[in-house]
Amino acid sequence: MNKKQKKVLIRIIAAAVLMILFSLLPIEGYLAFGLFMIPYLIIGYDILKKAVKGILNRQVFDENFLMAVATVGAIILGDYKEGVAVMLFYQIGELFQGYAVGKSRKNISELMDIRPDYANVEKDGKLEKVDPDEVETGSVIVVMPGEKIPIDGTIIEGNTTLNTSALTGESLPREAKEGDDVISGCINMTGVLKIRTTREFGESTVSKILELVENSSSRKSRSENFISRFARVYTPAVCYGAAALAILPPVVRIFMGITPQWGEWIYRALTFLVISCPCALVISIPLSFFAGIGGASREGVLVKGSNYLETLSQTRYVVFDKTGTMTQGVFEVSGVYHNQMPEDKLIEYAAYAESFSSHPISKSLKNAYGKEIDRTRVTDAEEISGKGVVARVDGVPVAAGNHKLMEELGLGWKECDQAGTVVHMAVDGSYAGCILISDLLKPHAKEAISELKKAGVKKSVMLTGDAKKVADQVAEELGIHEVYSELLPADKVNKVEELLSQKSDKERLAFVGDGINDAPVLSRADIGIAMGALGSDAAIEAADVVLMDDDPLKIAKAIKISRKCVRIVYENIYFAIGIKIICLVLGALGIANMWLAIFADVGVMVIAVLNAIRALFVKKL
Amino acid sequence: MKKTYKIDVDCANCANKMEKAANHTAGVKSATVNFMTLKMIVEFEEGQDPKTVMQEVLKNCKKVEDDCEIFL
Repeated sequence: MNKKQKKVLIRIIAAAVLMILFSLLPIEGYLAFGLFMIPYLIIGYDILKKAVKGILNRQVFDENFLMAVATVGAIILGDYKEGVAVMLFYQIGELFQGYAVGKSRKNISELMDIRPDYANVEKDGKLEKVDPDEVETGSVIVVMPGEKIPIDGTIIEGNTTLNTSALTGESLPREAKEGDDVISGCINMTGVLKIRTTREFGESTVSKILELVENSSSRKSRSENFISRFARVYTPAVCYGAAALAILPPVVRIFMGITPQWGEWIYRALTFLVISCPCALVISIPLSFFAGIGGASREGVLVKGSNYLETLSQTRYVVFDKTGTMTQGVFEVSGVYHNQMPEDKLIEYAAYAESFSSHPISKSLKNAYGKEIDRTRVTDAEEISGKGVVARVDGVPVAAGNHKLMEELGLGWKECDQAGTVVHMAVDGSYAGCILISDLLKPHAKEAISELKKAGVKKSVMLTGDAKKVADQVAEELGIHEVYSELLPADKVNKVEELLSQKSDKERLAFVGDGINDAPVLSRADIGIAMGALGSDAAIEAADVVLMDDDPLKIAKAIKISRKCVRIVYENIYFAIGIKIICLVLGALGIANMWLAIFADVGVMVIAVLNAIRALFVKKL
Repeated sequence: MKKTYKIDVDCANCANKMEKAANHTAGVKSATVNFMTLKMIVEFEEGQDPKTVMQEVLKNCKKVEDDCEIFL
């Protein structure tokens, strides 16, 4: 609690004690008025002041005005106790709201507490703590075990395990050694690291993420805009309603020749005013979104605005890119077929023949071989563009390449009916078999698709530039409904536009990509989700939702988080407006008294705020 | 030009009122108040001096909500 809140609390206690004391005394008339004015002014002087200022500034219809009119009215009618009570409960409500909001604001910022406070710079053999903002690109910083890496850079000395959970929500630690690039925000767990910075602090991952999250709730959702518009219309409407309620019925009664009952109708009108305060709505909606965005960022899902959280919750179609999204984008040897010699021997020949090439294929062959390449064993290596490589390994002529190379060499080759890239091998002048190289599925890819189905996604579509055979096989394995293959980047945009035109207005389409070359598609879809964004500025820029690690399961998680958050928002809207309307009707009919009115105002607000905070808890979704 | 200012205000409705007041100030292209992070993001119109515009913004905000503060 801050100073201001403590002061209010003392006033509340003082006023409450005095009010209870005076209501136990057998006092009447002017004495009662005089005594009850003491707690009334203690608790309400600032509200009265604000109400007067509001009128002077021509800002009439605000809550202070409502409360002032309601309580002054009650006092004029002789209900001193109720006048004080209304003010008292209003202040309790305000205090609680301020406290709850402050508390959740703190909670959420603690969750996102990844901002490093300092960087260690070595000067004359001594470590000095400096503001990370002052560290220039290319300087060397030292990170001790237990400290956060303050700035992006490359390790030049030391190795360690890094805890990335604050960034990705992934609790599995990551190994890092000399020469590795590391990103800011990770916690160095075991070893002392010397890091050469590659960026300024302001450009580092941690700053980018903080900036994004802090600005996120500035993009307002439709529900938030609805509520501000609603409040703008609602408060004056209720005020005029109250005035009509106070004046019209008594006037009608006078014309009908019965007693006007001014006191009764004015009391009803005042009850009306107390109920009408829009606080519950106005506070709980942005609070829900803020909590939802905060909870999501804890799970490594960064949402750039409340509006995107809302759109995400309406997602019924999910379109994926294949490589890097559903598959690892790393090619590996997945099989050897038709081999005329032992598999490892064939792979050894292939790895050697391709050893001079920097093609991804040759890299995967080298990985599959697994041993150090002794380049002196290879002679006469020659790359035949678009076909493959011929070379002598240990003096034996080896050819590795596609079927065109085999045809050129005049060798018989066998069709390999598996999906993937096929490297045909010829050793010592005869066909020796083929090696299949394919992209591996991500470990959770299949689960991710079924989770999406459970989360209410109607259709999943995969777009890829890859060959049809490969794409179909992946789609079948994952259970994806539709697949479009052999697409150029421009075709992907067209395909997404086609899908967009097919769906109904209320359904939203999300595109998930790795953000590297699909920026146009990311921005064309209703909502663009970039994954594996750790350290990639391009992805963070282009997408609306950023998944910090590359686990496809997080897509379903993000949708579930958004659903929960939006559900809470609607609960609060219906609950608060519903209770208010019921109480307004009861108040107008004279059934609700001032006490129910106080519940309708403060009670509803407290419940709505507590409900809003639930949006923060998303771990088990 | 866009600038972010720290603000202090007690209730969400008051924050909405500040936003409206800031948006109606001459020289402000658009203003967003973020109640949860207590920040006001102001985009100024071309050729306007942020300092003088912000004085006006503060004055207008004080008018609609006496109890607010913008840390300039």
